[in-house]
Amino acid sequence: MLRAGGRAALRVGPRGREPGSGGRRRCCSSGPDGLKQTPLHAFHRQQGGRMVNFAGWSMPVHYALSHLESHLHTRQHCSLFDVSHMLQTKVFGRDRVKFMESLVVGDIAELKPDQGTLSLFTNEEGGILDDLIVTSTSEQHLYVVSNAGCREKDWALMQGQAEELRAAGGDVHLEVSENALLALQGPSAVQVLQTGVSDDLAKLPFMSSAVMGVFGVPGCRVTRCGYTGEDGVEISVPIGRVLELVELLLRDPQVQLAGLAARDSLRLEAGLCLYGNDIDETTTPVEAALVWTLGKRRRVAMDFPGAPVIVPQIKGKVKRKRVGLISTGPPIRPHMPILSPEGRPIGEVTSGCPSPCLKKNVGMGYVEGEQSRVGMVLAVEVRKKSCPALVTRMPFVPTRYHTLK
Amino acid sequence: MSRFPEDLRYSEEHEWVRGGNGNTVRIGITDFAAEALGDIVYVSLPTVGEEIAAGDSCGELESTKSVSELYAPVAGMVTAVNDALADAPETVNTDPYGDGWLFEVEVADLAGLEALLDAEAYAELTA
Repeated sequence: MLRAGGRAALRVGPRGREPGSGGRRRCCSSGPDGLKQTPLHAFHRQQGGRMVNFAGWSMPVHYALSHLESHLHTRQHCSLFDVSHMLQTKVFGRDRVKFMESLVVGDIAELKPDQGTLSLFTNEEGGILDDLIVTSTSEQHLYVVSNAGCREKDWALMQGQAEELRAAGGDVHLEVSENALLALQGPSAVQVLQTGVSDDLAKLPFMSSAVMGVFGVPGCRVTRCGYTGEDGVEISVPIGRVLELVELLLRDPQVQLAGLAARDSLRLEAGLCLYGNDIDETTTPVEAALVWTLGKRRRVAMDFPGAPVIVPQIKGKVKRKRVGLISTGPPIRPHMPILSPEGRPIGEVTSGCPSPCLKKNVGMGYVEGEQSRVGMVLAVEVRKKSCPALVTRMPFVPTRYHTLK
Repeated sequence: MSRFPEDLRYSEEHEWVRGGNGNTVRIGITDFAAEALGDIVYVSLPTVGEEIAAGDSCGELESTKSVSELYAPVAGMVTAVNDALADAPETVNTDPYGDGWLFEVEVADLAGLEALLDAEAYAELTA
């Protein structure tokens, strides 16, 4: 039975987009395979990480625990992910908010000190160039984290815009953070972290950020966010001390290393988009069901890239819309056709996997606007077989963010 | 470390076949195969009453990382399938020679089993 090939090794990752090095300094080196490596690369190998190519980076897909074990461990305890391949940018200068708002759809001006938000870089056609987290730090800069697969594109976009703004007399400049980035995710993540920090983490709500010492490593930026639907943090830590911090965190038996495989199924259960699969330059924020990212003031002012296309879509009709699906039969996978109740192709699956928590197949995809209502029974064509698929509200698994009531 | 029970016969496609029950044989996949596939999340099996020829594609196993076809190691009529796998496909990983069996076939001729590998030959194949 093993003689038949399946699909590609693993369905994670943006459709390879990372171009060559731009000559810019950043927190990575390249291995003999030409793949970029994070500062933890040797450690991943030592720990039995099975390394794969993810957007031009050599990254662990899983370690000793299997994909499912690792997924469930994250939901029950907590997992540590190396996400140092993501692009961390600091935006300085008096005009940093104006600069950021000229590129993204969100209301950056209204962010309170050390508060962050998910936002989107958009193009003039209304397509999504990348999704990113923008935090307005109390240290007089914006801290921006965007996708590994879009590093070069994002950097070029931001750098180009900064140059333009400066040419017009504006005050903005960019710096790539040299730090490594760790994600500690799961219901016990904060309890574990609390033993190594003096700040009271109960006072650090979801999507807020602070600089603190973590297990003796000074100057870590801890942000209450993640990509799993669980409570947890991302920790931006100086490269020279990242290994030490990882080893200290792993001393707690609740913490296990997790790789890309679990990261992908966890984010899908949480209903979160993977750039390159679920959103890209051809999908608008309204089609992608990300209207909530469009700042109210920004909609009225129509002053973000693509606003003339995007804003009318909010109240009007869109040709297609991103929906959640729960299906029966074999798991659904990206690019499988979605069929109307009459059997007509009406779209495509963009992400899919068997949900380890629900024991059901979950996925997301785009369907024609009229077919996107929650409760519609559609079908997904799996290897020529039509499998019923129910349009379902997301997240599939309830999220457990630490929001202050 | 994979284990290959001595009382089973093996196909080169990593299935095991258990005789000893008249003309009815039970079929599953080996420990080696289950480990190579990774977490199995979906199993599609032939239907009871179906006639299959040795080498026929008669189902599929999907893991979190790939889909693999299941090939009939012997010819005969399918007499039983392991329905419990519909709700618990991971049993193929946890107990490949026991509760993780796949289906049973009534063979016309038990001599077909002789063409399969014994444990030692199969162990060499996977070494």
